[in-house]
Amino acid sequence: MSVERIPILKMGAFLLVSIQVDMHDRLALQLQEDLTTRIAETGAHGVLIDISALEMVDSFIGRMLGNIAGMSRVLDADTVVVGMRPAVAITLVELGMSLPGVRTALDVERGMALLASAAGERYASDHADGA
Amino acid sequence: MAPERLPLETSEQIVVVRQAVRREAIDLGFSLVEQTKVVTAASELARNTIQHGGGGSAQIERLTDGTRRGLRLTFEDHGEGILDIERAMKDGWSSKGGLGLGLSGARRLSSEFEIESAPGKGTRVVIIRWK
Repeated sequence: MSVERIPILKMGAFLLVSIQVDMHDRLALQLQEDLTTRIAETGAHGVLIDISALEMVDSFIGRMLGNIAGMSRVLDADTVVVGMRPAVAITLVELGMSLPGVRTALDVERGMALLASAAGERYASDHADGA
Repeated sequence: MAPERLPLETSEQIVVVRQAVRREAIDLGFSLVEQTKVVTAASELARNTIQHGGGGSAQIERLTDGTRRGLRLTFEDHGEGILDIERAMKDGWSSKGGLGLGLSGARRLSSEFEIESAPGKGTRVVIIRWK
């Protein structure tokens, strides 16, 4: 039996994930683990997670998104979650989760811009002394 | 129409229950937000049935009350039961290290909510979402 996995793409200094399936819990945990490993391996400075295909985010998936954001922060990478559907956002807040600590953007383009500007600031502060 | 009863023993079956609830909600003409709310509530309760109840079942029924139509979902397990229901219903209280939003969140996402449980007797949660 093949191991189910959500693919993680590398693009420059960033990792991209697009969740296209109705994730069961083990798949969500696997993604959390895979992403953390890939950030450490690649030294990526940003992670973009596209959830525009998700028809539902419950507390388990919400917690996974929060965990990924927290773990990547510890590994010196920024995370941005993009494309949440309005019905999902309404439901998530009513459920009692507002995803504290998770940066969000409306779509992939804005999410990439956010990561790029964070990377720019990182570069500027790294080189501030030697200028 | 005969009610549909689905087993809840593994985390993959939470996805099966979500999809069955979604199909019924679409069939009943629920709006996108209503569909998302009832599917998310089902997901939380299905996970409780497995994680806290040690497995059980979900039953999905259509309801008609005059001109109102709705969905009734019944989650049953034969686990340890809940010692203190009032505490279990509180936001942020969890016996298993979760976020503690399962029961309280599912109640907020439902039109009607009922819970019956006793130590050693398992737990039964019934929710109704009217269109």
